[in-house]
Amino acid sequence: MTMTLSLPKPQKTRLPRFGYRFPLVGVISFLIIVAWILVAIFAPFIAPHPVGDIVDFDFFGPMTAEFPLGTDYLGRDMLSRILLGARYTVGISLAAVCLACLCGITLGMTAAVIGGWFDTVLSRTLDALTSIPSKILALVIVAAVGSSIPILIVTLAIIYTPGCYRIARALAVNINTMDYVTVARARGEGLGYLIRSEILPGIIGPVLADFGLRFVFIVLLLSSMSFLGLGVQPPFADWGALVKENIGGLSFAAPAVIFPSIAIASLTISVNLLIDNLPQKIRDRSES
Amino acid sequence: MNSLILRLAAKRLVIAFLTLLFVAFTIFFATEMLPGDVAEVLLGQAATPEAVAGLRTAMNLDQPAFLRFIYWLGELFTGDFGVSYVNKLPIADLIGGRLANSLKLAGVTAVISVPIALALGITAAIKRGTLYDRIVSIFTISVISVPEFMVATIAVIVFAVYLGWLPALSMANEVTSIGGLLKAFAMPVITLSFVVSAQMIRMSRAAVLETLNTPYVEMALLKGASRRRMVLRHALPNALGPIVNAVALSLSYLLGGVIIVETIFNYPGIAKLMLDAVSTRDLPLIQSCAMIFCLAYLLLITIADLVAIISNPRLQ
Amino acid sequence: MSNLVEVRNLRVNAKTDSGRTVEIIRNVSFDIAEGEIVALIGESGSGKTTIALTLMGYTRSGCRIVEGSVKLAGQEISALPERKRASKRGTEVSYVPQSAAASFNPAHRIMDQVIEVTKIHHLMPIEQAREKAVELFRGLALPDPDTIGDRYPHQVSGGQLQRLSAAMALIGDPKLVIFDEPTTALDVTTQVEVLRAFKSVMKKGAIAGVYVSHDLAVVAQIADRIIVLKNGEIQEVGLTTDIVQRPQHPYTRELLDAFEPAPRVPIAGGRNEPEAPLLVVKDIVAGYGKIGNARMPSLRVINKVSFELPRGKNLGIIGESGCGKSTLARVIAGILPAAQGQILFEGKPLDPDLRKRSRNELREIQIVFQSADTALNPAKSIADILARPLIFYHGIGGKQLEARVDHLLDMVRLPRALRYRRPGELSGGQKQRINLARALAADAKLILCDEITSALDTVVGAAIIELLKELQRELSLSYLFISHDLSTVRAICDEVAVMYAGEKIEQLNPDAMGGEASHPYSRLLFASVPKLDTGWLDSLEQDPALLQAYSRR
Repeated sequence: MTMTLSLPKPQKTRLPRFGYRFPLVGVISFLIIVAWILVAIFAPFIAPHPVGDIVDFDFFGPMTAEFPLGTDYLGRDMLSRILLGARYTVGISLAAVCLACLCGITLGMTAAVIGGWFDTVLSRTLDALTSIPSKILALVIVAAVGSSIPILIVTLAIIYTPGCYRIARALAVNINTMDYVTVARARGEGLGYLIRSEILPGIIGPVLADFGLRFVFIVLLLSSMSFLGLGVQPPFADWGALVKENIGGLSFAAPAVIFPSIAIASLTISVNLLIDNLPQKIRDRSES
Repeated sequence: MNSLILRLAAKRLVIAFLTLLFVAFTIFFATEMLPGDVAEVLLGQAATPEAVAGLRTAMNLDQPAFLRFIYWLGELFTGDFGVSYVNKLPIADLIGGRLANSLKLAGVTAVISVPIALALGITAAIKRGTLYDRIVSIFTISVISVPEFMVATIAVIVFAVYLGWLPALSMANEVTSIGGLLKAFAMPVITLSFVVSAQMIRMSRAAVLETLNTPYVEMALLKGASRRRMVLRHALPNALGPIVNAVALSLSYLLGGVIIVETIFNYPGIAKLMLDAVSTRDLPLIQSCAMIFCLAYLLLITIADLVAIISNPRLQ
Repeated sequence: MSNLVEVRNLRVNAKTDSGRTVEIIRNVSFDIAEGEIVALIGESGSGKTTIALTLMGYTRSGCRIVEGSVKLAGQEISALPERKRASKRGTEVSYVPQSAAASFNPAHRIMDQVIEVTKIHHLMPIEQAREKAVELFRGLALPDPDTIGDRYPHQVSGGQLQRLSAAMALIGDPKLVIFDEPTTALDVTTQVEVLRAFKSVMKKGAIAGVYVSHDLAVVAQIADRIIVLKNGEIQEVGLTTDIVQRPQHPYTRELLDAFEPAPRVPIAGGRNEPEAPLLVVKDIVAGYGKIGNARMPSLRVINKVSFELPRGKNLGIIGESGCGKSTLARVIAGILPAAQGQILFEGKPLDPDLRKRSRNELREIQIVFQSADTALNPAKSIADILARPLIFYHGIGGKQLEARVDHLLDMVRLPRALRYRRPGELSGGQKQRINLARALAADAKLILCDEITSALDTVVGAAIIELLKELQRELSLSYLFISHDLSTVRAICDEVAVMYAGEKIEQLNPDAMGGEASHPYSRLLFASVPKLDTGWLDSLEQDPALLQAYSRR
């Protein structure tokens, strides 16, 4: 409700409390995300079989004790391939989302504080960039310059910077109208102080939630690109590429085509659920 | 006040046009980044230098890039899409039938998913917090969180492998019977409908919830209005603009979905054509296909914005 | 059955955002007789709106009646099923909201919304309902009663909408009407018309009412009895005249005292020798939008305003919302550069744009804003907030900085331990003191106070005014005091400038605010301020032509 509710202000304790009720779903999601990050780091040490080795004479093998997730179209161990695939999916996506948010937030806050001509030109240009559907832009860039991991990271970052910019700018514009920013401005503070000290702390919560959402978008786009054969190139394979490799097993529902998809879903759904279960205070205004 | 609406709408159209120019510019120069000389690539290594030079002149490659952009743009506006590098066929001919196929796919999907998604989204908002609402929300968040190819593979496994109702991956190029047509269409349409509906449910639910939380709906309650009346008379008329806006925006997810769906089901549409062009680096074809996609996307978001402007009651 | 409303031992709980349950109404009991108007008075958080809404069988989301009974015409309303409760809303009890602008549906015409109650409850044919609505419009002194219903809500003014929402509440002939702060958002001159309209229709129909407000003077005009609330508990109940003239409870007395703060006593032994004024403002023109070739902004907010402020004195600027008084403070601070005119500080001209002023010039003029909620960065500790100007202007650090922060907290009469807290953990009054301390940290000579007590409860606001006076004695400060509230301005200012529509109407001594003001608008403005006297509204006479001339709405 937007109306004033005649509530007495709850008596707050002195220390900033972190005793929010964290729902079980949020905790589980968080653990899954942490688990995948650990897997991405330590994959070679925990993979039961070498990724490239053909270990089974049967291809599209079923789930057995030796190959818990079956084998792929050449007879390689799927579990090992998925564990190694986490490196590419999580690693590339994280790098891209960090790059996109760094550019987007910096530009967004600067545009909000400076305003005027700078803001208009930047906003219009980035808006125009978002009117190219993300997959089409990715296709065009990859068609033009090929597909290597650095190029993938930069491409994904370019595609998602405008969205990040738009949210950071909108949040910063709201904060910028606050009287405390006006007070700082009237005090004679410079642009750097205004952005760093007055604006950034106010938008960091929603921006972090947005970081999570954007990470999901990037994982999905990267997987789709790899699925189309335009992302991570053989002999390396991320989860999307694993699905593409084994799509031949789809007509008999081989585990090799199902499990990489489940890996993607476990990561993206966890991130989404974690954001949904964050305390309202942090999530405020992050959806728009 | 209507002149205000006209002015805002006209402004939005001008912005759309400028955006289209910007998009064309981006696509043209992104594809021009290709390393190497197109003429040499086309003629192969055995070509004589004279032949290469001749082709360069013919393709205007010796002109500055910006001039070539202007030529290209002019040809696009006159409907001349150029000639494919690969098979030397006019691109307009290549695209024609494929575009019709894709539009059919998109049209059928829209006809099926819009009513279902709106019904689910609006009822979920009205029954907010109930088990029903929670189930719908879990469904939408699950579909939104997974890649389109996963939705497609699950659909295949359920409908083709386990239930055996539909063929898994076949798309007959010449469909004769109506039953055959249905079967060929079914899997792509089911997949796309899931993807688009999830977005539409989420957005329309949010749009209705926002209006249900306004003081004037509370006022209606305090006037003794029934829940039905609060929703139908007070919330929905104000949510109409945002809902149509949500529909247009969700339909733009068709464009991304169609690329995956046409690939996985081997459907002869324009997205498949573009993907094949990417693998053969057929630049003119890539450019034309990309422009068609961007035009469609721009059209949808512009419609969404225009609806938002027109439906604002304060501008009437 | 003698009483229309009987509330017994009412308790309401609410869930906070962090999931805790707090008791917001504790053991409240009262009665309302047929045709009687009872006021619920209290400060924000006193639970007055929550109580009023329970009379309609409604609690907002998160709130729940845990105990007690609410009887309307002998029927226990909280025990009824939702359908039955809905059937009483609009016909037996109806509601006039604080913000009519938000409570009218923007998509429908006013008439359709006013007569909706008759449609929902099938009370009468549409034609008859329309006629009745027009009758009510006439009774509420609305202009063009025959056609005003054909407009959309955004096409009429705030004061008119507020009266239209009263018509909406009265159309179903309810026995009880709940007014929820219905004039709080209005300017004083408009408030008078609206209050009058309410009073006359209620008396004519002998309708009982609950009038929720924080303003004793307003309530004194319309209520038969007053219930004083604090923190969800009843403090005192009595006839309006008794409460106003012979308050029993200490809290009621505190409320009454805060209503009339002690007028300012000029500093004794003042240096009377003529001195150069601290601040001179000459022919300022300012506004928004493009500044044309004649150095005139496209949307002019301030037009040729001039005044002088002597050192150690205070100038009040009063006017209704939109008169440009807050913009004037921003122009002086350089936040909104003036398009024309000159600002002289201690005889030296100041650049209109703050970015071109020196750090020392910026330091000497500090601005304090109305809402401490938005004026303090919620992410910073109080110590950080106070330390920044000390570092920025004076370059001090280390132990000395700590000591200065402690000293600032002492100056604004706050405990030193507060330095570790964040603004969100402070009360409204404490936040406003921090806000003030930040301006003091700069060692300013002039403090621009923009409505600094308006967002506060009366008692808290009065304490802030006292603090301002003390600080002035200690630090030889000058204040430019901007407010719409005449009594606070009178309490602190040596001179008062009246603004209307971007222009300064006149400047006068606060003692002259009683009646002998020369300009008709000033007289209208001063006369419209409600007095703590039950007969004030009835004896007030206003010239309709004058009202017309000075209502730009």
